[in-house]
Amino acid sequence: MDTVFPNPVRPLFGTPLRDDSVIVNIGPSHPATHGTVQIIAELDGEKVLRTDVHCGYLHRGFEKECEDHTWHNLIPYVDRLNYVSALVNDFAYCDGVERLMGIEITPRCRYLRTLLSEYSRVVDHLTCLAAGLMEMGAMTAFLYLVMVRDFMYEHLAALTGARVTYSYGRIGGLARDLPAGWLVRLEEILVQYEEFVARVHALVDRNRIFIDRLRDVGVITTADALSFGCTGPILRSTGVPRDLRKDMPYLAYAELDFDIPVGIKGDNYDRYFVRMREMDESVYMIRQLAQMLPEGPINVDDRRCTFPDKALVYSEIESLINHFKLVMDGPGVPPGEIYCAHEAPNGELGFYMVSTGGGTPYKVHVRSPSFAHIGAASRMLDGGQLADIVPTFGSINMIGGECDR
Amino acid sequence: MAATALDTLQQQMVPAAGAALLSHGTLAFTLAPAELVPTVRRLRDEFGFDIFLDVTAVDWPAAALRFEVVHHFYSTAHKARVRLKTRVAEADPTLDSLVGLYGSAAFMERECHDMYGIVFRGNHDLRPILLYEGFVGHPLRKDYPKQREQPLVPYRT
Repeated sequence: MDTVFPNPVRPLFGTPLRDDSVIVNIGPSHPATHGTVQIIAELDGEKVLRTDVHCGYLHRGFEKECEDHTWHNLIPYVDRLNYVSALVNDFAYCDGVERLMGIEITPRCRYLRTLLSEYSRVVDHLTCLAAGLMEMGAMTAFLYLVMVRDFMYEHLAALTGARVTYSYGRIGGLARDLPAGWLVRLEEILVQYEEFVARVHALVDRNRIFIDRLRDVGVITTADALSFGCTGPILRSTGVPRDLRKDMPYLAYAELDFDIPVGIKGDNYDRYFVRMREMDESVYMIRQLAQMLPEGPINVDDRRCTFPDKALVYSEIESLINHFKLVMDGPGVPPGEIYCAHEAPNGELGFYMVSTGGGTPYKVHVRSPSFAHIGAASRMLDGGQLADIVPTFGSINMIGGECDR
Repeated sequence: MAATALDTLQQQMVPAAGAALLSHGTLAFTLAPAELVPTVRRLRDEFGFDIFLDVTAVDWPAAALRFEVVHHFYSTAHKARVRLKTRVAEADPTLDSLVGLYGSAAFMERECHDMYGIVFRGNHDLRPILLYEGFVGHPLRKDYPKQREQPLVPYRT
């Protein structure tokens, strides 16, 4: 039976510019791209003349779904935006809701969130770099990086109960405190991290093959990066030290000592190196935070959002009602609107939220870094080689979950 | 730094750009649709707002001007944010595009067009980006039922 399925996309161009150029379709499910993305490219031999990049294959109506659930219920959903560094999404979302409610989180929670955000950044960069290097044939570097990443995943599973999507943030705090010995294991993993990242530096940094594949490939200028809304490692790779952790300090970043690594000319090599150096800075911050971490409660004592202790729910009527109201009605968020942005591993992750009062958001919009970067992808791909689409796309680090929502 | 920049901005922009309000560190302006592009051009050229972060809309079905289109900007020089809010009616949800000012506008406006049906005058590429070719309706409008399904390929039985 021959069934012709409708095409979900209408390409920007259907006829070649020249007699000897061809239009090829790459994706949406191509073995060389991680993530479902479709690139329609016009080629002159192996040279890419122009591209039309389509995303949206992972669209699942996140923002629509948000309008139908309580503020608490959204935490597992926001985890699935950037599922490589889910904790950053959690904390950015919770921070926005807390600011709407006028809640100040406890000191221990503030430092823990900062520590875990940086830990997530390391995990995210490890994943991005490992995949990017593997696509260029560096199996050893891939295994080194992914091994360390898996130590971190298991370590986070010991804290949160899940490997990837943690649902660990809470409005006004965190799901639970650190288990015994967690910080000891953290330091062991950081030592392993240093050893294996040093090996990757030795394998890749001055390796002729990688320099040839990465240097002057996928270049974006500072002016273009700003105009196309690029943030995070892509903007920093062009030489702009723009980082929300320094520019608009949130959580405990104002108290930390760290540098913002920047690149020279915004090519794939710079993006590789900026990520490698950012991980080192994150590890440096994690060590500072482990020293600074104060004792104390992790949840604010606010009946509008914090769930009462289970023992009290079972033994006194006020706590039972409180628990019931929080589950059924959701936390009481006063009317208002907020744009709350955190520096996610990929760039500026912003939540624009509108509340009309009550337990359910009126609107939640996510300003995801990947979406802006995919809009700029053509700039980096056009004029390059067909084979360079893969490392360039890898260095953009498009995460379908947050790009397509 | 950010606070003084926003103060200056508020003083200089208010008469032309309408009411301004500082909301959680973001300076929010409410504008008439015709004011949008001139205001954004001033923001970019005179006040250094070099990043156009995103555009979305808020649907208020009961209001005469149903859609509140919300633009966010960031200035890397002043480390400050600005939000511009413009109201358009359901009968004519048209607004001038920012494609001439920012590269990111092309993609961001496609998403807003997908989700709310806002037409950005001057953006000639409003093809679906998160949705697919042939999708009927605008799913983030409040009157679009959440349960409605529009499979592109028939479900297997």
